[in-house]
Amino acid sequence: MSAHRVKIYAGFERLWHWLQALFIIILMITGFEIHGSYTLFGFETAVRIHNIIAWSFIILIVFAIFWHITTGAWRQYQPTGERSLVTQGRYYAFGIFKGEDHPYRKTELSKLNPLQKTTYLAFKILIVPVMVTTGLLYVFYNSWSSIWPGGLAWVAIIHAFGAFILVIFLIVHVYMTSTGETPLSNVTAMVTGYEDIEDAPEEEPATV
Amino acid sequence: MASRGRFTQRVLILLALVAAALFVVVAGATGQTETVAQEEEPVPVSVERSDATADHSKFEILQQPFATGPDLTAACLSCHTEAAKQIQATTHWTWDNHFGEGVGKTTQINNFCIGVQSNEPRCTSCHTGYGWKDHTFDFTIEENVDCVSCHDTTGTYKKFPTAAGHPAYEPMDFGGKTWNPPDLSAIAQNVGKTSNATCGSCHFFGGGGAGVKHGDLNPDLLTASKDVDVHMSADGAAMVCSDCHEGRNHQLNGSSVYMSPSDESGVDLPLDDGNQATCQSCHGTQPMDSDKLNEHTDKVACQTCHIPKLARGETYTKTWWDWSTAGEFAPDGAKITTKDENGNVEYTTIKGNFEWDRDFVPAYVWFNGLVDVTIAGDPVVLNEDGVMELNAYAGSYDDEDSRIYPVKAFRGIQPIDGGNNTVALPHLFGKDDAAYWKSFDWNTAIAAGMEVAGTPYSAGAAVPYSGEVGWMETVFYEPATHMVAPSGDAVECQSCHSRAGVLASLGGFYLPGRDGGSLDWLMWGLVAITLVVVIVHGVMRVVGSKRRSS
Repeated sequence: MSAHRVKIYAGFERLWHWLQALFIIILMITGFEIHGSYTLFGFETAVRIHNIIAWSFIILIVFAIFWHITTGAWRQYQPTGERSLVTQGRYYAFGIFKGEDHPYRKTELSKLNPLQKTTYLAFKILIVPVMVTTGLLYVFYNSWSSIWPGGLAWVAIIHAFGAFILVIFLIVHVYMTSTGETPLSNVTAMVTGYEDIEDAPEEEPATV
Repeated sequence: MASRGRFTQRVLILLALVAAALFVVVAGATGQTETVAQEEEPVPVSVERSDATADHSKFEILQQPFATGPDLTAACLSCHTEAAKQIQATTHWTWDNHFGEGVGKTTQINNFCIGVQSNEPRCTSCHTGYGWKDHTFDFTIEENVDCVSCHDTTGTYKKFPTAAGHPAYEPMDFGGKTWNPPDLSAIAQNVGKTSNATCGSCHFFGGGGAGVKHGDLNPDLLTASKDVDVHMSADGAAMVCSDCHEGRNHQLNGSSVYMSPSDESGVDLPLDDGNQATCQSCHGTQPMDSDKLNEHTDKVACQTCHIPKLARGETYTKTWWDWSTAGEFAPDGAKITTKDENGNVEYTTIKGNFEWDRDFVPAYVWFNGLVDVTIAGDPVVLNEDGVMELNAYAGSYDDEDSRIYPVKAFRGIQPIDGGNNTVALPHLFGKDDAAYWKSFDWNTAIAAGMEVAGTPYSAGAAVPYSGEVGWMETVFYEPATHMVAPSGDAVECQSCHSRAGVLASLGGFYLPGRDGGSLDWLMWGLVAITLVVVIVHGVMRVVGSKRRSS
């Protein structure tokens, strides 16, 4: 079996990914300070940074949505069914320790495994929208507080809960980058856009 | 592939443009803060205060010696025919608030010298009148109005501390010094507008000494630096009391018992809402550069952020007064006075134990402007800390008129009617044997105080007294509204927005940075478990691959 060098992540996709990563990490650092977990910049500065980055993130999200729709890249995140999730899960739980091959081959048309598809889909249609919505409600609290006086507590708690989920996501996500062909191949691909992908056998159809 | 590359290129260019725009916005925002920081320091305007059209030294009627204060007032009234009537309609005269509820200085119980009734000659040395020595004082006699306590410009007029509002008419001794009679004729020929000194001659000395009662009003204001009081400092706006507490017909704007923690009507025009002493009267309702800060004004009073600490000058303010320890004498029978390391009185035989403080963070309460005052005979009601709030400030988060408001919480221990469990009014001052400062017997003092409490000033009868002395711990709130700091010294966001900030105990609402952390242990636990799982997983992979390769 031979491998060939394939451009797997487009320029915008890489820029989007790394900007998003940067934004989320800054939002985390400042957000947990606003939450009261520690003092770093001081509340006022933390809020200022958090707001500027949040608005930048929202702009980035608008571009990302546009990019996903116009390029058809959204199809990458279509779920592939429960069984494929189980297969992928079983691989991470058992097979990976025995040196088994990845159950789903990365191809140019399907660069995400079933677990990734589902996780990233949840990230895109659940976590990010919830964080953006609660974040905006938080910022514009004074515009609606008279309608729901005790509402800020719920908005803040949901926003913080989402932040904890994102911390867990970040830990697992960063760790999972090491599960590629080599420990650094996934990160390298997200930086350069290129990855050496094994040539697929003719008879195996690509999972889209 | 080629078209896809071009597309990517276009997207990248667009993104670059967005990034540039963002940069401009952010830089703009930063730049704006810089300009704001640079433009501070308004040049103090020198206001010519003396714009009088009459030179009082040219009035013949004033060119005579005056034997008494009322004689002088009679001369004043010969021209200013309505002045006394005007004064007699104000709280400066009635010591009763203008809401007609019988609530005011006269009847209200505090935890300093507890109450005015039965102690008048001492207390009324700060009354804008002459001769209020007991409940028989006639509030309608115009000559009893003291004009020069407010209109003296010479700084020589002083009311004698125990003469019911009169100055000394012959050399008299008090407090270890001799009080010489002021030259009333010279004072009369130099009358003028009120000043920080005339207002301060009473209001800086509430409670019987400099800064005793108020943490935000004391003689430091006469020479304050800008950081102590941005308004009254000569380096600041160089304002005088009446610039805010202006008025018509001697009726001054500003509060007595009830306050205005917010003023939604904002900037006041002449003849506007009669409430021209609020911050908003000059600064408007949205005075800050930041929208987020302006949004805070729906729940936070201006004073809360802009008076970061009380008594920021030299003068200490009293914070604790324990009457229960009074009455100790030295072995030789002499009265005791001890001072603390800062020179403040710590103990006196006549008053008990004191504590003092300066440059300290106020307490914060929800406040809608209404105060539930206490009068003699009211039942003792203790809060959950076992303390009676003598003037409970009304308000809550849910009340749209309420704001978080800074107060000096003055605490102490004071006598009660232990048998009836009611609030007591002791007769402290007087030459009679019933007075506590004469007999040092709380029982006779309370009996004498309760006998006159209520009757003369409000409709009630004399207050019953069981004859049994008890004690309670009390707190009395003094609003903080003066000694506003320069904007740069305002309270930092994290002073409130933190787990253990100054609002840690103020309940009823969600405060970002303070609240919402109750389940953090669970969430951080999940994060920790994730980390452990990831590490174990990684180790197992390494071990597995080593085993396979060996």
